[in-house]
Amino acid sequence: MATQGTSIWSKHQIFEKHSYWLMLGILVMISIGGLVEIAPLFYLKSTIEKVEGMRPYTPLELAGRNIYVREGCYNCHSQMIRPLRDEVERYGHYSLAAESMYDRPFQWGSKRTGPDLARVGGKYSDLWQVEHLNNPRSVVPASIMPSYPWLAKTKLNAKHIGEEMRVQQVLGVPYTDEMIAKAQDDLKTQATTDAADSDGLQKRYPKAQGRDYDGNPGELTEADALIAYLQMLGTLVDFKLYDNQANVR
Amino acid sequence: MTTLQAPIQPPAKSLRWGEGALIGVFSLFALFSIVVAAKAYTPEFAFHAYLFAAASIAAVFAIGNRYMNRPAGPVPQFIDGKPNYNMGVVKFATIAAVVWGIAGFLVGVIAALQLAFPLFNFDLPWISFGRLRPLHTSAVIFAFGGNVLLATSFYVVQRTSRARLAGDLAPWFVILGYNFFIVIAGTGYLLGITQGKEYAEPEWYSDLWLTVVWVTYLLVFLVTLLKRNEPHIYVANWFYLAFIITIAVLHLGNNATIPVSVFSPKSYILWSGVQDAMFQWWYGHNAVGFFLTAGFLALMYYFIPKRAERPVYSYRLSIVHFWALIFIYIWAGPHHLHYTALPDWAQTLGMTFSVILWMPSWGGMINGLMTLSGAWDKLRTDPVIRMMVVAVAFYGMSTFEGPMMSVKAVNSLSHYTEWTIGHVHSGALGWVAYISFGAIYCLVPWLWNKREMYSVKAINWHFWVSTLGIVLYISSMWVAGILQGLMWRAYTQLGFLEYSFIETVEAMHPLYVIRALGGILFLTGALIMAWNIWKTITTPQTAAERELALQAAE
Repeated sequence: MATQGTSIWSKHQIFEKHSYWLMLGILVMISIGGLVEIAPLFYLKSTIEKVEGMRPYTPLELAGRNIYVREGCYNCHSQMIRPLRDEVERYGHYSLAAESMYDRPFQWGSKRTGPDLARVGGKYSDLWQVEHLNNPRSVVPASIMPSYPWLAKTKLNAKHIGEEMRVQQVLGVPYTDEMIAKAQDDLKTQATTDAADSDGLQKRYPKAQGRDYDGNPGELTEADALIAYLQMLGTLVDFKLYDNQANVR
Repeated sequence: MTTLQAPIQPPAKSLRWGEGALIGVFSLFALFSIVVAAKAYTPEFAFHAYLFAAASIAAVFAIGNRYMNRPAGPVPQFIDGKPNYNMGVVKFATIAAVVWGIAGFLVGVIAALQLAFPLFNFDLPWISFGRLRPLHTSAVIFAFGGNVLLATSFYVVQRTSRARLAGDLAPWFVILGYNFFIVIAGTGYLLGITQGKEYAEPEWYSDLWLTVVWVTYLLVFLVTLLKRNEPHIYVANWFYLAFIITIAVLHLGNNATIPVSVFSPKSYILWSGVQDAMFQWWYGHNAVGFFLTAGFLALMYYFIPKRAERPVYSYRLSIVHFWALIFIYIWAGPHHLHYTALPDWAQTLGMTFSVILWMPSWGGMINGLMTLSGAWDKLRTDPVIRMMVVAVAFYGMSTFEGPMMSVKAVNSLSHYTEWTIGHVHSGALGWVAYISFGAIYCLVPWLWNKREMYSVKAINWHFWVSTLGIVLYISSMWVAGILQGLMWRAYTQLGFLEYSFIETVEAMHPLYVIRALGGILFLTGALIMAWNIWKTITTPQTAAERELALQAAE
């Protein structure tokens, strides 16, 4: 591999003969692109526009989101509507950066084996969702989605949901101490039709929808949580009031 | 009088520093894992904690057993003037690669069948598509690909440095620790433990474990380079080093999470929404760039010249190829986020660098292909060379397709569709798997001191069966993806969307069936390889053959 003479190529020997120089060279080369593309996203104000209506997930929605992640729904469903004519007509208003500001991890997805779910909230009834999760082909005969019959049969294990909210609070999600203290109560309140403290829930989490989701009021199941999450997706921002010029400077 | 002559005493055997420290650490870790298991928030996490405990106890016994059986003195670095290479770890990782490869391809076939016929989900949580898909991707990328990279990097760095691998237990810790990570990650997916980030699904504790293993890997590799007996660091090692360092950086950035508790499998990541998306695809695309490209280019730079008995085509092109590739790849991530809520400036940067990336990629391809100048006849006679050359050709094809798909106008059609899946597999099956198979076919006879593989005919069968499989796979997915993209955006004359979503799902069915068939053929090819390797290792050879094999290995 040696080269002769004093050509510029012989300068490269410093990397070929010293592993520390090689390592340093590699580190410098791979750092530049990442720094330029990632760092500004944390300080450029235009990255995430301020939008009315966004709030952290309720305990029940968060538990539902955990099930969404656990079952790997993101492998087939995106949550990111692109500003293209057909997508906006099929799924609704294009997704805003602010709409996933409390998403850890983000669930934009990369594949649409099934349709986008960014605005699926309110599109179908709870009963449809229950049937569909239990056996998708009972409501959509040509569907290739797996059946999830265990969701409606499994009791929701959300004992530690308050702890999970506490961790997110540390990371900067605006959960108040009150929200965390009331996590277990709010969880039950939201999964009950006409619950006693639904006003309190509304105050803490505006637009929270409280009812028995899975058609089985006796038990709080994983289906309750997942459907609560699906039914709120894309419903927080009111696009009748949204002004897409408000943040233009 | 008799003179008492003391018999020559062998030096007293004592526990080496590393052996003692590891026994201590693993014993403590076993205790700690049992405590965690007892207080775990979920039974799934308890299961993992017990696995950690069992593996730690097994490690303590393995180190003890090794101590009892090893000679007292230090391992000689040279024997008869020749480096005393450490090939045990290379053998283990080579076999592990074959085993994981077959497991990963099999899971891929099942997942493909699930999309064609949802019946194959069997209504069971553990094997429903959403959990099986990460199992497939991790098994083929990290388990199969990872073990190929471990095996070949440990082989190549020793041979090209003419030095024994650094460390006594460290190389075994890397190989076994990495494979244990695979077991934890894989069983985790089936049990529903996931971070929900593509190709970075393992949770915080698996990530921490991998970090320890990976830093050890870097140290073993680096120290071996430091004690080399060659003036220059061979080009393949530049690529291996870039792969090891960059994967470490990416892993730390994309897995920066805070666990809910030490007793909980769940964690929350520091970044959210847009920033998390950017981190994810900075990681995701460079897992392709550095794991599946830089690492396997190192294979190209060692095994093709070696097998063809020709020097690398151009030394200067290697230099340009290396630095340009690693500099530009890092920028390409945002092309996974075109037209999303990621700021436009970042998308445009990602697209621009992705298009530029075409050049160094093809520079590397030319360097690999032209290494065969003067040896092209070997394409006809040596199926191993053929496999590796076809791999480089597939590399060229997917590194053209990638930049094309990263152009925003093309991406508006291709994104979210099966086209992406087709693109990935032309790279994964055509490039990564083929260059790996080629390297494995080279390595097995070298490692087990055989003259050749047991059956050259079987290599030919492997080549043709799996090539047919790849062609069926990628062409069906190209058609599926473009069809899907066009149907989603089709309008009637009256200005309404022409197809409901479910109609586009139905249109995929025949193509999904063809894809599954392609996958079955590819799996069949790998099974032929496994049989061939088994026969190569276990068939005894004559003394004359052994002599020839030893000469060939020099």
